[in-house]
Parts: sequence; C-alpha cells; structure tokens
Amino acid sequence: MIDVIHVVLFTFLAVIAIAVIRLRDLFAAVMLMGIFSLLSASLFTVMDAVDVAFTEAAVGAGISTILMLATLSLTTSKESTRFARPQPLALVAVVLTGAALIYATFDMPRYGDPAAPIHHHVADHYIEDTEDEIGVPNMVTAILASYRGYDTWGETTVIFTACVGVLMLLGGARTFYRWRHRDDGDESGDGS
Amino acid sequence: MIRHVILRALSKLLIPLIMLFALYVQFHGDYGPGGGFQAGVIFGAAIILYALMFGLESAKRVFPPRVLEFLVAFGVLLYGSVGIDAIFLGGNFLDYDVLAHDAVHGQHLGILLVELGVGITVTAVMATIFYQFAGRGRSDV
Repeated sequence: MIDVIHVVLFTFLAVIAIAVIRLRDLFAAVMLMGIFSLLSASLFTVMDAVDVAFTEAAVGAGISTILMLATLSLTTSKESTRFARPQPLALVAVVLTGAALIYATFDMPRYGDPAAPIHHHVADHYIEDTEDEIGVPNMVTAILASYRGYDTWGETTVIFTACVGVLMLLGGARTFYRWRHRDDGDESGDGS
Repeated sequence: MIRHVILRALSKLLIPLIMLFALYVQFHGDYGPGGGFQAGVIFGAAIILYALMFGLESAKRVFPPRVLEFLVAFGVLLYGSVGIDAIFLGGNFLDYDVLAHDAVHGQHLGILLVELGVGITVTAVMATIFYQFAGRGRSDV
C-alpha cells in the first residue's frame, strides 16, 4: 500500500518537474513549484520524516512561493526565449551525470535498511541515550538543538547572513541615503 | 491592500489562529514535530498574510521594520549567549548540562532558549525579506 503511494507521489513529482521546465509562463511555473514542494512534504510524511515534511511545507510551499511571486510582480512573468537554443553539449553533460548518479544508487543500502552504515555511526547513541541524557520525547529536537547544537547555531547564522544580504542589496542604500540627507531640512523631502 | 470583504474577514479570523499555532509549534517542539525554525516560518507567514491583506503600511505599523531588524540579531545573540553562559558555568560552548542544578533540566532549559532564539530570528528574517521585496519600486516606503 505504501509502495503505491510512493509510486503515485514520485510520478506526480516527475510530471510537475517536466511541466515546470516546459512552461514559459513563470507565474504558472511558480505555482507548480509550490505544488512540487507540497508533494515532497507528503512524501516525507509517508517516509515518517514529519519534521522535515513540516519544514518543507512551510518554507517550500509557503514562504518561497510568496517570495517568488513578489519577485515576479517586480519583473515580468514571461520567460525570455531569446537565448533558448538547443544545447547538445548540455544534454550530454546532464545525461552523463544522471547515469553516474543512477549507477551510484546500485551501491546504496535498501531504503529503510536497519543495517545500513549511516544508521550505526552515532544514531545508536542518540536512540538509546536521548531519553536519559536529554529527556525530550522528540528525538529530532534533541539532536538538532543539543547534540548538533553547533550545526543549528550555524544554520541560524546563515539565515541571519541571508537577511543582512537582502537588506544591503534592497534596503541599505536607501537607508544610507536618508542618513546622509537627514540634516538637509524640508527641501529634501519632496525628492523620492 | 485588498478590498475583498470575504478575504479580509477570513484572514482576520485566520491570522490569530496562525500565530497561536506558531506558538504551539514553537513550545511543543520538544514533544511533537516542529521547533523554532518551523514556528518562525509560520509566524512570519502570519505577518506576510497581514501585509498582503491590509497593506504594507499597516503591517509596518504593527510590526515596525526597525523592531524586526533588532529581532533578527537578537535571536542569534540569544542562541549564542546560551552557549557563552554554559562556558561561564564551567561547561563547553552550548553544553546545556551545566545550565541548571540537574543535567536533564539544563538540557530542557537550553533547548527551550535555543529554539526560542531560532524562532525569533526566523520570524524577523521572513518578515524583513518580505518587506524588502514588497516595498521595492514604490515611493511611499
């Protein structure tokens, strides 16, 4: 039953991905990207990764769709086809990389295999000792905030840096202009 | 600013619920799915919905950009100061065991504060980025 859901969701993902590539209308492409994220979130839920699904639904389907739409409202919603010539070299590169990636999956352990190496590095310690060391029922929170506290600290800093970058690119110049002209009196107020 | 009555009435009803849900996700993250990042995004979405429905200017009156810019840094600093505090109390950086009389209580306190820092930063960042995008190309901001 779970396999059927997986196949259906992956098929939808592939169809949407192809549709996004084919579409020239960027507005429709952004909406399809939102649906793509929502389907990924459902896939993560089926795989029991509820925290990841939560993040994907909130960030991928919610905030990034809105930011994309905000960007489209500033530019245009039609993709430029001026440079859309067929690129044989790009096709070759993509096919080779895809083939290499698919070849690499043959070496991967089966999905959900309890004997996989990735599940026995530090995961055993987390699963056995979280209850005693942290005492928090949600193991994901315990790992993210405590065992991997440095990583989460780094992620928060990345978000902070992204915001500083956006402020400098989109808002900084104006603020600096206002700061320089704050003593100019009323005559500077009419210029915008 | 959208003058559609149904959308405005519905979002007035929804925005408090979205904010409440964000707080639930924030502080219930120890027990169920969720945490600071998700809660911050949901709270930011509530602010963005308010800005979409009632205009950027009224949103900026409720959540002033200067306060949000302060909160962007405050969340990161809250996270970092929990780590520094652990050093002063004799542990390693971000070692929550020493924060309280008991190691498990210290972990609870540390995770709560750290997640709060993440939530505050993410909320403020989402709202600030939306303000910057939405305020672009207008003369009234």
